[in-house]
Amino acid sequence: MSNTDFVLAVEDLTVSFDGFKAVDKLNMYIDKNELRVVIGPNGAGKTTVLDLICGKTKSTAGSIKFKNRELTKLSEHEIVRAGVGRKFQTPSIYENLSVYQNLEVSYPKGRGVFGSLFFKRSDEVVAQVYKIAKEIMMEDILHTEAALLSHGQKQWLEIGMLLMQEPELLMLDEPVAGMSAKERDQTAELLNRICQNRSVIVIEHDMEFVKKIAHKVTVLHQGKILAEGAMDKVQANEKVIEVYLGH
Amino acid sequence: MNETLSKILGGKQGAIGLAILAAFIMIVLPLGLDPFRLGLIGKYLTYAFVAVSLVLLWGNGGILSLGQGIFFGLGGYGMAMFLKLEASDPVSTAIQSTPGIPDFMDWNQLTALPWFWEPFKSLPLTILAILVVPTIFAFLIGYAMFKRRVGGVYFAIITQAIALILSILIVGQQGYTGGVNGITDLKTLLGWDIRSDSAKYVLYYVNAGLLIACILLSRYVLSSKFGMLLLAMRDKEERVRFSGYDVSNFKIFIFCLAAMISAIGGAMFTLQVGFMSPTFIGIVPSIEMVIFAAVGGRMSLIGAVYGTLLVNFGKTMFSETYPELWLFLMGGLFIAVVMFFPNGIAGIYEKYAKKVPFLRKLSEETPKAKKAEAIPAAPVETKEAGVKA
Ligand SMILES: Nc1ncnc2c1ncn2[C@@H]1O[C@H](COP(=O)(O)OP(=O)(O)OP(=O)(O)O)[C@@H](O)[C@H]1O
Ligand SMILES: [Mg+2]
Repeated sequence: MSNTDFVLAVEDLTVSFDGFKAVDKLNMYIDKNELRVVIGPNGAGKTTVLDLICGKTKSTAGSIKFKNRELTKLSEHEIVRAGVGRKFQTPSIYENLSVYQNLEVSYPKGRGVFGSLFFKRSDEVVAQVYKIAKEIMMEDILHTEAALLSHGQKQWLEIGMLLMQEPELLMLDEPVAGMSAKERDQTAELLNRICQNRSVIVIEHDMEFVKKIAHKVTVLHQGKILAEGAMDKVQANEKVIEVYLGH
Repeated sequence: MNETLSKILGGKQGAIGLAILAAFIMIVLPLGLDPFRLGLIGKYLTYAFVAVSLVLLWGNGGILSLGQGIFFGLGGYGMAMFLKLEASDPVSTAIQSTPGIPDFMDWNQLTALPWFWEPFKSLPLTILAILVVPTIFAFLIGYAMFKRRVGGVYFAIITQAIALILSILIVGQQGYTGGVNGITDLKTLLGWDIRSDSAKYVLYYVNAGLLIACILLSRYVLSSKFGMLLLAMRDKEERVRFSGYDVSNFKIFIFCLAAMISAIGGAMFTLQVGFMSPTFIGIVPSIEMVIFAAVGGRMSLIGAVYGTLLVNFGKTMFSETYPELWLFLMGGLFIAVVMFFPNGIAGIYEKYAKKVPFLRKLSEETPKAKKAEAIPAAPVETKEAGVKA
């Protein structure tokens, strides 16, 4: 495939688990500064697509190009360092560290063994932690142990940990799961803010939430794309209503 | 206080804990005990190196090695080989069929010194070997395991198996290693008689000093970003990996460091006790070391030292009176600690010290102080920048 302007270009991506194709010849293109939402019924393969992009699962066939760089051959940490951040479906934070430490440990300097041994907490690091803490509305609880946070706050903290790395592509798996209505609104605002200078892929089931954030929606079904486009168009699509929105 | 210094000392609270420990092992015990008892303490303190290494590896890194005896033994054997060569000079071994080689080699019909014994004729090379050989061995094991993402119980079992294999190998290769008896009859270090009472005092203090140095080094590591990453990895390894860190490298490093610290303990054991044998490498000692760390508190470097002393005191006392009961007691102790005091002595101290007025003074404010220390205030510029943004 030749070079493109897309931040992410996924082509013919396939993964098969013992013959079961969880993702089947998928093509997907993400623009710069785009916020894409991926929806679809349970087991459609949404999480698996993110697993493939971030290197957690190795693809069987196809290519994933991030800024024209092939990702399928890279290891997980190389993909992160290339600029791809990923939030897991269940909030994944370091419970035994404080909010501040969770953020600081995610700062993208001192990533090697010796780099981390001699890492110095510079003003720059502290400033970045405070900036992100403010962004995720947690600047007042920096010293709180992460285990004590509410479910919604844990989700935000994980997003904050990714933002610390200033990724160019951010992938969020069900970021508002377990959140109150108010928290969902705040998260929508947060996502609209952070996609200003980066591309974001969000997996979500909550259609109200999707409407608030999506630039474009991709509907996945049985590992394949069922429909793609603007929210209202997709919502009106008969196939989509039948397999997903109808119930 | 300078930042690195304060990191190493662990802040005010850490410095006090360390000062108490240093005073206890370097002043109180030497003043209060006769040379024989002090010799026992010196021996126990060599095990404390391993317990400290397990606090790094297991307590903080979540990597349970049931084979730390491997590295203790390698360090111990390195030192023993040097001392044995010194004790086997041609004059004192004149009655052997091949004078100038260790006696057990002669008994096993060896007629020349094996090549891998050659470097141990030199003390600098021996010291280098004591530090480097166990570290390289740990690197090879760590590389093979952690790059393949072998962890948890599998790692524990494999290290246990390696400890067993190594001890069997040493027992089997009697001509090269001294076999089941180990390397014995060690006498002098560069002509200095290590069996004299004065030498025992000197070695005791060298040992205590090295132990404190290893604790300081470990404190530095744990207080760096590396230490924070260890805790993070123990909790959510995937999150660390997907934050751009090559997790296996961190595990390999801490495993190597733990090996090196254990090896120093082994070398000091040989110097103080005067022999080394495969009984310190196998399964039982490796597990015992884990118990020392668990009793002391697996998160506490200083607790590990007290835990080692306490369990070994118990062992010496009980095995004198009821030798057959000791193993059961030790097993029971381990289960009790894991079930009721997961943070060991250090945890009990944290919990109850506050009730004793004098101790409360020392440990007051700790949790708060620690946290406040961990979080620097927002730089002024950013606060403004934040408002603008
Ligand atoms: N490692 C794996 N081995 C075998 N099957 C897998 C594996 N990972 C995912 N699958 C299967 O692939 C399918 C897609 O799973 P995936 O988790 O991607 O769905 P999803 O769209 O994220 O669903 P949900 O909305 O419930 O999160 C499921 O049938 C799942 O069982
Ligand atoms: Mg999913």
